[in-house]
Amino acid sequence: MARHGAALTASGSHGTRRARAALAVVPITFLLLFFVYPVLAIVGRGLAPHWRANLDPLRSVVTDAALRHVVWFTLWQATLSTVLTVVVALPGAYVVARYQFRGRRLVQALVIVPFVLPTVVVGAAFSGLLGPGGPLGSLGLDQSLTAILVAHVFFNYAVVVRTVGGMWSHLDPHQEEAARVLGASRLRTFREVTLPALRPALAGAAAIVFLFTFTSFGVILILGGPRFSTLETEIYRQTAELLNLPLAAALTTVQLLAIVLLLFVTGRLEGRRTAALRLRPATETAERPRTPGAKAFVAANLVVMAVLLGGPLLVLVERSLHPPGGYGLGFYRALGEVHQGSTLFVSPMEAVGNSLRFAAMATVIAVLVGGCGAFVLASSRSRALDTFLSLPLGVSAVTVGFGFLIALDHAPFDFRGSPYLVPIAQALVAIPFVVRTMTPILRAIDPRLREAAATLGASPSRVWSEIDLPIVMRAATVAAGFAFAISLGEFGATLFIVRPDYPTLPVVVYRLLGQPGPLNFGAAMAASVILMTLTALAVLAIDRFRVGSLGTF
Amino acid sequence: MRRPLLVIVALATVAGALLTAPSASAAPSATPTTTITLLTHDSFAASKSVLAAFTKQSGIKVKIVQAGDAGAALNQAILTKSHPLGDVFFGVDNTFLSRALDAGIFEPYVANGLETVPSEYQLDASHHLTPIDHGDVCINDDKQWFAQHHLAVPTTLADLTKPAYKGLLVVENPATSSPGLAFQLATIAQYGNDGWQAYWTKLRANDVKVDDGWESAYDGDFTQGANKGTYPLVVSYASSPPAAVYYAKPHPKTSPVGTMLSSCFRQVEFAGVLQGTQHAAAARRFVDFMLSEKFQADVPLQMFVFPVRDGTPLPAVFTKFAQVAPKPLSLPASEIGARRDEWINQWQDTVLH
Repeated sequence: MARHGAALTASGSHGTRRARAALAVVPITFLLLFFVYPVLAIVGRGLAPHWRANLDPLRSVVTDAALRHVVWFTLWQATLSTVLTVVVALPGAYVVARYQFRGRRLVQALVIVPFVLPTVVVGAAFSGLLGPGGPLGSLGLDQSLTAILVAHVFFNYAVVVRTVGGMWSHLDPHQEEAARVLGASRLRTFREVTLPALRPALAGAAAIVFLFTFTSFGVILILGGPRFSTLETEIYRQTAELLNLPLAAALTTVQLLAIVLLLFVTGRLEGRRTAALRLRPATETAERPRTPGAKAFVAANLVVMAVLLGGPLLVLVERSLHPPGGYGLGFYRALGEVHQGSTLFVSPMEAVGNSLRFAAMATVIAVLVGGCGAFVLASSRSRALDTFLSLPLGVSAVTVGFGFLIALDHAPFDFRGSPYLVPIAQALVAIPFVVRTMTPILRAIDPRLREAAATLGASPSRVWSEIDLPIVMRAATVAAGFAFAISLGEFGATLFIVRPDYPTLPVVVYRLLGQPGPLNFGAAMAASVILMTLTALAVLAIDRFRVGSLGTF
Repeated sequence: MRRPLLVIVALATVAGALLTAPSASAAPSATPTTTITLLTHDSFAASKSVLAAFTKQSGIKVKIVQAGDAGAALNQAILTKSHPLGDVFFGVDNTFLSRALDAGIFEPYVANGLETVPSEYQLDASHHLTPIDHGDVCINDDKQWFAQHHLAVPTTLADLTKPAYKGLLVVENPATSSPGLAFQLATIAQYGNDGWQAYWTKLRANDVKVDDGWESAYDGDFTQGANKGTYPLVVSYASSPPAAVYYAKPHPKTSPVGTMLSSCFRQVEFAGVLQGTQHAAAARRFVDFMLSEKFQADVPLQMFVFPVRDGTPLPAVFTKFAQVAPKPLSLPASEIGARRDEWINQWQDTVLH
């Protein structure tokens, strides 16, 4: 893998540096305007009203026992969730990476569906399963820590399978075989050969899982019930319900500090590589499971995926197809009929259209902004930029949404109530994924190809268009697909933005769930299934472009 | 490096085209003289035909901007006091009334038609906020469940602490749910400032379940809810019985859900003209319209609450299946405003910790 800056362009390093700086301006400006400025505005209003600093709320986070408890719980549940997710998903990553079996591509695509579903939908699915009346109600897991942990594994399984599995499928199996021939045990081979090679991918995946579970909101509220609160749920309550901006600002500050620290540490782990790796195309490393043991291993992991990921999703499908009086499409029809003539009403087609349009806008923004960031990171490895671009994942949607309100209220930046804020907020969430997808692919451009082309007399622009451009386009396509799927299901940011009425599918689900009566609930399930199907189709479409790529996600 | 710039320019053009798409489709075909913005919560609903009638009669177009639940929407209005997000705000209820008035975000206005509203709903003597609708938060019961279990339906708050009703009630967390808070206020109104905690201690001992919000409680845990839960008593609304008929297909002949009338706490929702509006006259006209017969008659089936205007005809599903508490529990808005945060904290200490 090319790691030095000169690899990006064959022409002089001076121009490269200037181009890189120019490119870096795009993501930095975007984040400064739509993230840093709004967040600083709302935190500033809380901690330094009228430009006079008041640090008492920050102190109270340390001195108040209840708040200390919130910080401590947030930290340990996220750590536990991350460890569990890695432990459960790692064998799955191995299976998907190293074994060929029928439906492997489909499995690879479908595991990601839970990751991009909005929590309202998943919350409804899990409470349908674990709630007192559900098929697993007798386990008594409703409103328990276990329910929270299971839901976190459900959401984040794909992060590990795709990130680590992606790396694993390119590792040369001969190195492991060599170690085994030399007498190392399976465990020792894994520990001393495989694990070090996987470490960057593993650290990257764990960091994302930690970020998501550290800032978990819907899962904690819906599945944990009122006895559990995290920094994120507390920030929401203090901001949206109590309007206690000083305390909300203090909690946001603590959350940000924790996340910067985490990103920095995992960034170091990701960056340190013990030995140069010999990477192989994925098709060369995978084989059919031959021994009975291997077959059982593959089968066991597929069962885990089917139960853990498929179970809750099937509950949604079943609910949507089960109106009173037998199975049928009644709830799907209801989706287009209930509330007709009301301002609440959105036809399913219109909601799908809004969702697709917002997701398309968010994707264009995320790929442009994140793509520029990835170009810079591919040649410079600026840890600070990498951390900076991931920060939006660690800040509460309500903080950003309320920040927009008080920061972006002056011409020419009066964006309040503008429909563009929704895709912009969705892009903030998608950008870190775009960066993480594109950067490794861009880094992987073999400088020898360029040198060879240049030696053979190709002009710099021809080298670019024939060597770099196809790879860049493929990286952009893969990244766009993820950005699209993430924006499609994104809900938190949408909810806290004052917006004119262009309801997306997640918003429709949320609205219907807030109305009484079986028709509304059933229609909400039907809308969830439509959303799920759209997402799955989007992911399947992207995966067609993924062949042979080295995307981390 | 010329080509990436080209690609970026091309992508930016696409982005620009996409970004202009929604505003183009939203442009009104015939531009009325004024457009006002109604800032409200996510539960606001009205018939499109009713709003269209307002536009036709007044030449004023109404743009609806929704901003989260009732608390979040009001807080956003307060935060943006210096640059208001809209011209009219709808959705301040009596539990938030004093916060809204203290923040000084509304202009005083005595709406046309206020004389048709009974005085019990006119809670703002300063006339910054105009009452629009009311609804009762009450305990609902699953009639069928009680019949099958040969158990009498509880009729008083005190009944809920009896061993016979152990583990049958699900409520919402007052810290995160507006019906949850209303029910807590009902118990404070019933048992007084010194007695309500003891009541909740007994409820807790009787295995009351607490959910984060109405959706989890009603759809998730209530035996008549979508998930067919195991709790036949739930904190919900006096309008849940008609809703259970209206939103079912085929419509049942009687409602499967009953209401404990002695447990009801009355919520009144208000609208007001936001201070700093550029369209004060149009905004006032819309508040008048919200009190008109046409809008008031539309309220029940759109938001499942009751109109405040005297003599407004109710739809059949309401007259048949909804009961209105003759003597709902209530507390002065000023007292709620002064003590709500303290009460919520005490509730959490009593019930959760």
